[in-house]
Amino acid sequence: MSATTEHLAASAAADQAQLQTPFRRFVSDYFDSKVATGACMMLLVIIFIAVFAPFISPQNPYDLAVVDVMNARLEPGEQSWAGDLSFVLGSDGAGRDMLSAIFYGLRISLGVGVTSGIIAMIIGMAVGLMAAYFGGRTDTVIMRIVDLQLSFPAILIALVLIAILGKGVDKVIIALVTVQWAYYARTVRGSALVERRKEYIEAATCLALSHRRIVFRHLLPNCLPPMIVVGTLQTAHAISLEATLSFLGLGLPQTEPSLGLLIANGFEYMLSGKYWISFFPGIALLLTIVTINLVGDQLRDVLNPRLER
Amino acid sequence: MSVFIIRRLLQALIVIFVMSLIVFAGINIVGDPVDLLISPDADQAEIEATIRRLGLDRPWHEQYGYFLLNAFKGDLGNSFIFAEPALKLILQRMPATLELAFAAMLIAIVFGIPLGMYAGLKPDSNFSRTIMAGSILGFSLPTFWVGIMLIMVFAVMLGWLPSTGRGDTRELFGIPVSFLTWDGIQHLILPAFNLALFKLSLVIRLARAGTKEVALQDYIKFARAKGLSSRRVVLVHVAKNIMIPVVTVLGLELGGVIAFAVVTETVFAWPGMGKLLIDSIQLLDRPVVVAYLLITVFMFIIINLVVDILYSILDPRVRLKDVKA
Repeated sequence: MSATTEHLAASAAADQAQLQTPFRRFVSDYFDSKVATGACMMLLVIIFIAVFAPFISPQNPYDLAVVDVMNARLEPGEQSWAGDLSFVLGSDGAGRDMLSAIFYGLRISLGVGVTSGIIAMIIGMAVGLMAAYFGGRTDTVIMRIVDLQLSFPAILIALVLIAILGKGVDKVIIALVTVQWAYYARTVRGSALVERRKEYIEAATCLALSHRRIVFRHLLPNCLPPMIVVGTLQTAHAISLEATLSFLGLGLPQTEPSLGLLIANGFEYMLSGKYWISFFPGIALLLTIVTINLVGDQLRDVLNPRLER
Repeated sequence: MSVFIIRRLLQALIVIFVMSLIVFAGINIVGDPVDLLISPDADQAEIEATIRRLGLDRPWHEQYGYFLLNAFKGDLGNSFIFAEPALKLILQRMPATLELAFAAMLIAIVFGIPLGMYAGLKPDSNFSRTIMAGSILGFSLPTFWVGIMLIMVFAVMLGWLPSTGRGDTRELFGIPVSFLTWDGIQHLILPAFNLALFKLSLVIRLARAGTKEVALQDYIKFARAKGLSSRRVVLVHVAKNIMIPVVTVLGLELGGVIAFAVVTETVFAWPGMGKLLIDSIQLLDRPVVVAYLLITVFMFIIINLVVDILYSILDPRVRLKDVKA
């Protein structure tokens, strides 16, 4: 485009131009919904808590010098026996402040969920793009494996892997990645197959660009919107799955207690009516999952070109 | 059709074989059951005798070959802990799991379809909004936490229902079942509802989407124009036509229910095969883990196959033999 036409086009649509950049349109569409706006705020709060847990927690729940068994199983709102700390959400069997334990647990849960999500996304994206771009036999083999894996429930595959690999943070992440990559691969293949037939790819091929350049600079960016949606929803799923595994005693070790493990630890006190040890971590887990799902739902609605808004 | 079934069966055999290889090899590399099974006081001769008795002194591929040979004869090895055939242990606990799974499915259908149809017919009413919000919660809530909360409310605080175990069982065709005694039903309610919650949300969404679509069709307009009561239109014309997707998805989800029973069984101490699996993983009881996984994979393949075939019968537009290899 020459400088003059650019100038003309810019002045003609001067007032509209601001709203018409795709990103601005996306932002204004997203914040149309009050629920989604609230969810976005909530997500920021949750991320803030997870990142800054050590600085905002009333105590370090895993510092043995601070935790005192004398404070075990206090009800929400009670003071510690030394009177230096009030347990807003009560304390657990070892005398830890539940609020602090939840902040730390959130950090671990979110960390594991996001890490596994990102790794699974990278693997799934690479495999899915390969299947779509090369087609033929590569495509058949890859999609066979994906279909086969998706026909088994995630929890079963995760249990098999944990039974084989054993416990530990790295093993849980491996299990979550294995469970999730197929969703990403299927999604990215679907959108890449559509994009591949469009003119800009044809143009890029005519310019004799390398395969690598076409795939990563032209195909990939245009397949990203659905990946963002699947990524958010899958992260919520991963957090829930990790909590389930930890609850079953097959996930994270006691030294790295995620929300699921906190709930499991409180389960034994439940029958004697000490509800808060399980209840509050559960609420934190629930809020996290619902918030991420709401954000993901809104992203799907906004990014879906078929829905006229 | 028969070509399709044969091809699928062959595929199934390959899947089972690969799965057994992965699981067996994997479990062999991790954990040493010898430490768990033999008391620390045992002398060297005792330890060696036990290792030989369990066949743990052979190289793992030999153990696997032996295992595979026996598997064809229906012998999946003996449990290290119970000293009983692994297959027998699992089959003993299978009725409890299946009872729980079917009870959960029943709850999902009996409550899900009417609620979903209502939400589809009157999408703007407050009750419909409540239903849909509830179904979002049902998707988001982790099963195990809901189970704990159910125990807290109904067993601990209100004291209405028992929280653990299976209660009195009565024999039906030689299989102990809970739903024939009042005590058993009381024990069944909480775990079944817990397991059903996720599927309930799913059925509500399917029934609602189906109803919304069907309600706009010409044959519904025609039925109304003919002067049929709206009750008849809804109960016969709409209900019949939303069934295909509901039936298919429920069939596919049956496997998921059985897999997720692992979680519910652990929370409610329900003596099913899921709980056996978790205990066996923690005790490194290899033969039971391998046998459980093989049986579950087998069940899954059968369920998927049956659903595929049913689907082609219910909906003739699906042509199975056109599916390319």
